[in-house]
Amino acid sequence: MTEDDHSPEGMTRRQLLRHTAWFGAAVVLTVSGGEVISRIAAPGDAVAADDPNALRFVQISDSHLGFTGSANTAVEESFSHALTQINGLGYRPDFVMHTGDLTHLSTPAQFDQVKQMMGTLNTGHVSTVPGEHDSVDDAGQKYRQAFGAGTAGDGWYSFDLKGVHFIALVNTLSLEKLGHLGPDQLEFVRKDVAKLGSDTPIVVFSHIPLFAMYPAWGWGTDDAAQALSYLRRFSSVTCLNGHVHQLFTKTEGNITFHSATTTAYPLPQPGTRPAPTPVTLPAGKLADALGIREVSYRPGQPGLAVKDVKLA
Amino acid sequence: MRISVGVKHFLLVSAAALALTACTAQQPPAAAPPSMPGMTSMAPASPPVAQNATTNTVAIKDFAFAPASTTVKKGTTVTWTNQDQDAHTVTSTGSGGPLRSPTLQTRQSYQYTFSAPGTFEYLCTIHPFMTATVTVTP
Repeated sequence: MTEDDHSPEGMTRRQLLRHTAWFGAAVVLTVSGGEVISRIAAPGDAVAADDPNALRFVQISDSHLGFTGSANTAVEESFSHALTQINGLGYRPDFVMHTGDLTHLSTPAQFDQVKQMMGTLNTGHVSTVPGEHDSVDDAGQKYRQAFGAGTAGDGWYSFDLKGVHFIALVNTLSLEKLGHLGPDQLEFVRKDVAKLGSDTPIVVFSHIPLFAMYPAWGWGTDDAAQALSYLRRFSSVTCLNGHVHQLFTKTEGNITFHSATTTAYPLPQPGTRPAPTPVTLPAGKLADALGIREVSYRPGQPGLAVKDVKLA
Repeated sequence: MRISVGVKHFLLVSAAALALTACTAQQPPAAAPPSMPGMTSMAPASPPVAQNATTNTVAIKDFAFAPASTTVKKGTTVTWTNQDQDAHTVTSTGSGGPLRSPTLQTRQSYQYTFSAPGTFEYLCTIHPFMTATVTVTP
């Protein structure tokens, strides 16, 4: 198969790659109608809307409030649309997780704005992890003032909800091109999971991918292997990240990685441009590249269901 | 594998094709230069940049430092100027380094006078794939 191969329906190989990069226990892909753009579900899984034991949360990422480039001249408006979409889901998510780059330049005004906007969410809790844009000049001090309550170290934390154990990591400080966790945080992960039964589903949030998505652009975390080694004994580990502004899924043994898209502007696919710089799409195409992610879990199921939805 | 009713038939690729593309999906679809200092000189959109210049001015342009590597004598003041529409920083890699610019908006500059010899690696904290080096000779 060559780069120029097209399917009979005109899909390029790259598009096909993008669509077939999602695989898990079961993969359901839908592009018709333009709403759901990927869905990964455990076998037989369908969380009933009225199931009180079901866990449901939403991941949003990379809102970049304060960005003014041509790739999206109204990032605040796009983020507002995403929040409205979450409030209109028809259920109240247990929590909403923003996986970083809340702001574009870490200014006090940008932090204030993103915090106020997320305050309009109808959800049990709003959680965050920082992106590198949230610590451009102060190693994350303003971020932690705004969002760091109840966290340890540089802002990492964990919590349990409806039988699932969640770990929120900070890999955007001490950057040396790649993401970095550091020895203190690695020790936190080791101790954090030590007492958990191996059948506890684990969900890990980070801004930069914990897998090597494209190290030449810094899309990886240099010491993630050690953190993941503490999670190898668990039957289900789901790592959810942002940073790359595009959907991508990869499975390594018991661990599945899901890169989320953005609410702000797309970045190029790995290697297709000299650098991962904002992509300005033709008029009318931007919303197709933006979205939110719904995640659900029902006790007894082997894993989590992940559904990516375009920005309405 | 369970496929929903709404799936368009062209997505129903065979299991073999899925497995094949799944393997190749881990590799970038297009060739890209490896990560190394001076990679900006290999970027097709950028003009050729000397691998080891001796200039004391560094442009921040097209999401890269140009030149990505420069050598100056001790006591030289180096000036970085942001020529991009997006903001950047000039920040020493790791902790404790001397370069610590504020956020540089378009056309803003940052200066630092190197008073000791050594190799000083730095990056943009906003876009950490942007990396470069100043070498200071005695």
